Amino acid sequence: MKAKKIEEKFFRVLMFLSTMFICMVLFLILFSILRSGLPYLSWEMISSVPSGGYYFGKEGGILNAIIGTLYLSLGSTLLAFVTGLPVALMMNVHLASMPRFVNSIRLILDLLWGIPSIVYGAFGFTIMIYLGIRASLLAGIITVTLFVLPIMIRAMDEALKTVPKGLLEAALSLGSTRSEISYRVFFKQCIPGMITAVLLSFGRAAGDVASVLFTTGFTDHIPTSLNQPAATLPLTIFFQLSSPIEEVRQRAFAAAVVLVIIILFISILTRVLSRKYHKNRINF
Amino acid sequence: MRKMQVRLSRAMRNNIHGFWMVICLALVIILPVTMAAGLYWKSSVLLHENSLLSLVFSKEWKPISGQFGFYPFIISSVWVTMAALLFAAPICLLTSIHLTQYAKRWVLKVMHPVIDILAGIPSVIFGLWGILVVVPFIGNYLGPWLGKQVSGYSILAGAIVLAIMIIPFVLNILIEVFKNIPDELTEASLSVGATRWQTVKFVLLKKGMPGIVAAFGLGMSRAFGETIAVLMVVGNVTRIPTGLIQPGYPLPALIANNYGEMMSIPLYDSALMLSALILFVVVLIFNLISRYIIIQCDEKC
Amino acid sequence: MNSTKIHLSKLDLHYGKQHILKNIESEIPEKKITVILGPSGCGKTSLLRCMNRLTDLHPDAHLSGKILIDGTDILSSNEDITNIRKMMGLLAQRPYPLPMNIFNNVAYGLRISGRKKKKYLHHRVEHYLKLVNLWDEVKDRLHDPAVALSIGQQQRLCLARGLAVDPQIILADEPTSALDPQSSQAIEEKFMELKEAYTIVIVTHILRQAKRIADYVIFMYMGEVIEQGPVNEFFENPKQEKTKEYLKGMFY
Repeated sequence: MKAKKIEEKFFRVLMFLSTMFICMVLFLILFSILRSGLPYLSWEMISSVPSGGYYFGKEGGILNAIIGTLYLSLGSTLLAFVTGLPVALMMNVHLASMPRFVNSIRLILDLLWGIPSIVYGAFGFTIMIYLGIRASLLAGIITVTLFVLPIMIRAMDEALKTVPKGLLEAALSLGSTRSEISYRVFFKQCIPGMITAVLLSFGRAAGDVASVLFTTGFTDHIPTSLNQPAATLPLTIFFQLSSPIEEVRQRAFAAAVVLVIIILFISILTRVLSRKYHKNRINF
Repeated sequence: MRKMQVRLSRAMRNNIHGFWMVICLALVIILPVTMAAGLYWKSSVLLHENSLLSLVFSKEWKPISGQFGFYPFIISSVWVTMAALLFAAPICLLTSIHLTQYAKRWVLKVMHPVIDILAGIPSVIFGLWGILVVVPFIGNYLGPWLGKQVSGYSILAGAIVLAIMIIPFVLNILIEVFKNIPDELTEASLSVGATRWQTVKFVLLKKGMPGIVAAFGLGMSRAFGETIAVLMVVGNVTRIPTGLIQPGYPLPALIANNYGEMMSIPLYDSALMLSALILFVVVLIFNLISRYIIIQCDEKC
Repeated sequence: MNSTKIHLSKLDLHYGKQHILKNIESEIPEKKITVILGPSGCGKTSLLRCMNRLTDLHPDAHLSGKILIDGTDILSSNEDITNIRKMMGLLAQRPYPLPMNIFNNVAYGLRISGRKKKKYLHHRVEHYLKLVNLWDEVKDRLHDPAVALSIGQQQRLCLARGLAVDPQIILADEPTSALDPQSSQAIEEKFMELKEAYTIVIVTHILRQAKRIADYVIFMYMGEVIEQGPVNEFFENPKQEKTKEYLKGMFY
């Protein structure tokens, strides 16, 4: 009898500790990133491009990476939205009568979601060579689009799935075409879910290194066309951290802080929006 | 007449939209096939000269002299992945049980954003954290404590960073698994006099077993393919690892580290694309098995 | 005269801001079938779940008042909650067999309370499976998974599982709602036999079922007990307006 209680207590404590451990790790990560980077984060750091020579220049900041990240993430999120939204709508509106087929599309998307980004990077590189494109913003955007596409579609799909089926039948019987229903009914019903999907994809696109490593190249300049190479924040962190020059490493630490702030901002925005729209959703 | 025109344009818009939809859908469906084909096309050059088995089990990696043995990298990958899963699995299991069975409202309120944020942190940030915290810890404390002089860049560092990275991912699936078990089962067990923990141990773990296995399978494939964070802390020494605090060189890191020179050495690009293909296939298989278990389970319950 | 087995006094239940049970006062007689009647959503299931404190599972639930069983308040007593729950067998709306074989489903409660001897377990399992008339149907496949049984068989198995820990009270929440007519009848008949030895509380919204099996009726509406009394009095001479309306089928 006693042993039963001790065992229960023991595991309860263990479970609580492991929960707290996860909490603690997050704070430790944020804390150590902020501590190492905040001292170097200045207006000059985020408002100027590196100068004084490739990789080794001590002067300047990380503006090139900030702009590059925004270009890359916006570009690929936009592309993924334009190609992903029709697929998500099609799965829920046009193919509503074929659940087996839709489920196998979901399976393919889940599998694609699971494929490591380095494989997307390698694949993007192969396409690049095949098409004869140089490492550039364009090649990066294409690769990252492929990488975030399954994430985008599945997130949208989860939102669209919640639209009651009766709505589709009602709208069809009123004489609307399926594409009208898609956008006027389903899309409008799920705008918060769509925003979540876009933000999620944007966060993924902004943070990934492995997919852009081969494809976007790296530069100290702000790209002015799609054919030019670009720097991103994760790439900056990755490359400049291994520099022997202190000032260059500082740029990496500062870039990490900026990246974390962007990711936190997206996360909070998602949270606020989803709370605003899903008051009745139960978590856990 | 006017009305007719409006009709037509509506129908046409519907058609154009339908056309675009089908193209996008086709893109999604052929994407995995194209990826496999593209990677195979690039790696076939190497596969023509050596058999896959000899490549996988050969220990010699000397690109200059055309020797491409993947064995050290595959073993490193297996070590890092297994160790990461070993660290992450108990934490995920305990936490998911805590959150679904015991936790008070405030704990849930805190943990939900914590898991979300942790899941959203980019891998390069995890890698940086590894360099700032985990590597020095192993190099300065754990290594000397074990009586060894090490840099800290090691399989263990990679595994710890990886474990933290897959925790939110695995945790979310496990929470889903436990949430899907009907409450009545818990109630039935409690009402014959079981404690909460006995109920967890004898009923919930058993009922959720397929889901738990699948969650770990998915976590494992995620860990297997993770590149940057591991690369930054694992040491990247081409050698068959002999211990956890030794450096290793996992497969994804191999690809990421050598892309710069791969065009300059014959067959090198082909070897790296073969690594990507191996990653692709392994991850795909793990994912397929796990998803299959989940689907089977969903249909039964 | 009958003695009281369960005495509910000033019982209030809140789920967050919702007031689910309002000041419940009731005395449930020993070794009789008490039926809790009422339209869906009136709180009858919640009342049943209070009695073995399954409401503890809900993080937002707050229970106040007294539940006296044989004179001991189970809400404030120091008694181990598992012993309190063991006094009461629970039968849910749908059968939920545990994820193990038929034999272990019945033996589960015994094993939990520390009875491990094989021979003893075998003896008890056989006894309780016979008690619910399931033995002959399953004796050759005791080691098959319990989910392989039909729904009606599963429900009887769940009853055997509950009885195996030797409770004094059986709590049943619409135990026949998922069953076909024959299985329902089998369960009802079982209850009529079991009331010789057990105090039985059944939640139902089926008037005819209540009439058939009840000795004592508690009628609830919107979280309150409207009327309670012996079955004949309740059906033939209801006192409250609400009860009369309900008996006429005015609301569900």
